[in-house]
Amino acid sequence: MWQLAFRRIAIGFLLVWVVSVLIFAITQILPGDAAEIRLGQDATPESLAALRREMGLDRPAYVQYLVWLERLLSGNLGVSVAGGATITSLIEHRIGNTLFMAGMVSAIAIPISVTIGLLAAMFPGGLIDRIVTAATLGLVAVPDFLVAILLILILSVQLNWLPAVSYLSGTESFWQTLRAMALPIATLVTVVAAQMIRMTRAGVLNVMNSPYIEMAILKGVPRRRIILRHALPNAIGPIVNIIALNLAYLVSGVVVVETIFAYPGLAKLMVDGVQSRDMAVVQACGMIFCTTYIVLILVADIAAILSNPRLRHPK
Amino acid sequence: MTGDATKTAVEQPLDDPAFEELPDAPPRQRLKLSWAGKISVCIVALWVFIALAGSFIAPYHEAEFIEEDEQGNYYVDPSFLPPSAQTWLGTDYLGRDVFSRILWGARTTLGIAFAATMLAYMTGITLGITAAVAGGWTDMLLSRLDDALLAIPTIMLALIIIAAFGSSIPLLIALAGLVYAAGIFRIARALGQDIMVQDFVEAARARGEGLWWIITREILPNAAMPIATDFGLRLIFIILFISTLSFLGLGVQPPVADWGSMVRENLQGLGNGFSGGAIASLAPAAAIGSLTIAINLIVDDVSAHAGGSLAKKMI
Repeated sequence: MWQLAFRRIAIGFLLVWVVSVLIFAITQILPGDAAEIRLGQDATPESLAALRREMGLDRPAYVQYLVWLERLLSGNLGVSVAGGATITSLIEHRIGNTLFMAGMVSAIAIPISVTIGLLAAMFPGGLIDRIVTAATLGLVAVPDFLVAILLILILSVQLNWLPAVSYLSGTESFWQTLRAMALPIATLVTVVAAQMIRMTRAGVLNVMNSPYIEMAILKGVPRRRIILRHALPNAIGPIVNIIALNLAYLVSGVVVVETIFAYPGLAKLMVDGVQSRDMAVVQACGMIFCTTYIVLILVADIAAILSNPRLRHPK
Repeated sequence: MTGDATKTAVEQPLDDPAFEELPDAPPRQRLKLSWAGKISVCIVALWVFIALAGSFIAPYHEAEFIEEDEQGNYYVDPSFLPPSAQTWLGTDYLGRDVFSRILWGARTTLGIAFAATMLAYMTGITLGITAAVAGGWTDMLLSRLDDALLAIPTIMLALIIIAAFGSSIPLLIALAGLVYAAGIFRIARALGQDIMVQDFVEAARARGEGLWWIITREILPNAAMPIATDFGLRLIFIILFISTLSFLGLGVQPPVADWGSMVRENLQGLGNGFSGGAIASLAPAAAIGSLTIAINLIVDDVSAHAGGSLAKKMI
């Protein structure tokens, strides 16, 4: 079992490395000569050669990659094209905001989704189940920004309860911060919970179809007890797996939500970096997001291995 | 198998590949649509019609500014006008007719999504079947590359590639095609491997059929149905993917009308409420939602018909 888990972790490290090579290749090697792009029209052969030497572009690709990796790992990422602040300080400032939001979203979405998913699975085909299934099917299929727009229109514009923009200056009290973040958090909770409810419901129903549950039903165990005592313990593994997978989906949800609410997080930094073609910012943020994603998928895999005896002892 | 059936199959002339159905084959069941499925088919058909004909029936050009009302009086500020008989859904932030832009945008949004889905399927199936048939080094190399692509969240891969190459419609199609080909590759490869070891492939080999014959006559027809059932879901993902990029300002560039970019352009109008502006942003978002929910409902009906295996993949 541990051997299998360790093997997954080793594969995870390998994936992070491959992803770093891919990101470097896409952003630095494929687009052509960065020195030529930076100098543009007024490039003379001499100034080109000088800039290439300065940027290290005259060295072979693998040396450039190693230099880049060394800088990335030591946090020495240079200065942002736009602001003039160092990229490391920009990221340090923003990563806390994004983590705080992700934490709040998980803290709200996970208990709600698991409870609703269980309720729906308890009476499949019942009224609650049908309402939940229809609502989540709709929410899963629509773009994240539609959910955000509807929430802004209802809660901010019509009812005037919450601000539509989550600008943080850093001087707000805790409650003011929460109020500013309420709409982005509500959007992400809605989007993530819809997925999680569907998966939890399916996971529990899957367990409910197994022979030992049928046995419990036949011997007359009450429904509530079957779900809580018989089905839930066996569904915990799949549910942890589902939670980790959905936190990984947060990565893409965060990009949309931070943009629409102008929330000063890491994803907004990256989207701005893409627009101003600030490669160093894009590379660093991309690595952070991809590593997080791989780690969460890894956690999901390991949860599945630990919870399933058949995966624990592979043939 | 009855003797008759064998005889029919054997007597089949070689230039006619249309085999008759076996007499003991189960009767084909016609696809039954639920009422929601029927409405969905109408909605999708309507949008496809608009994508084809929208630019001819739209009252205004996608880049045309509304300067005067029907009586010929000039507007002081034609932006974010409320809905009227002249402009059914009002005007956008530059004073263009929102209704016309939605009709024009249908072509861009659906066209790009459809082209990207087709590209993804062609690439994924070609490489997947190649990996399954060739095996060995080719399979190893393609599969590991596929693993690496799948380890990057789709939106991150898109941001990184757009940062390096800029954004244009051909790039968007190629990008979405590449990103989603990774998933199709997996399915096609697994199916190909399954079919390669079937008895009828062995039989074809024993008959001395060439590799190309086996691929086109044995593998592709048998892999077609499982791959096709997946089509609707991929199309939804690709529509959402491209709309999200456009929404982030990294997809279709102005002045071309596209539903995702229209949502972004008119976000500032949300604050004006329904009397002006909110519809300019809400309407294109709702258009995307109606299309993706409708496709999802059709997929649900089709998968219930196919035995529900598809529904599990979505949730």
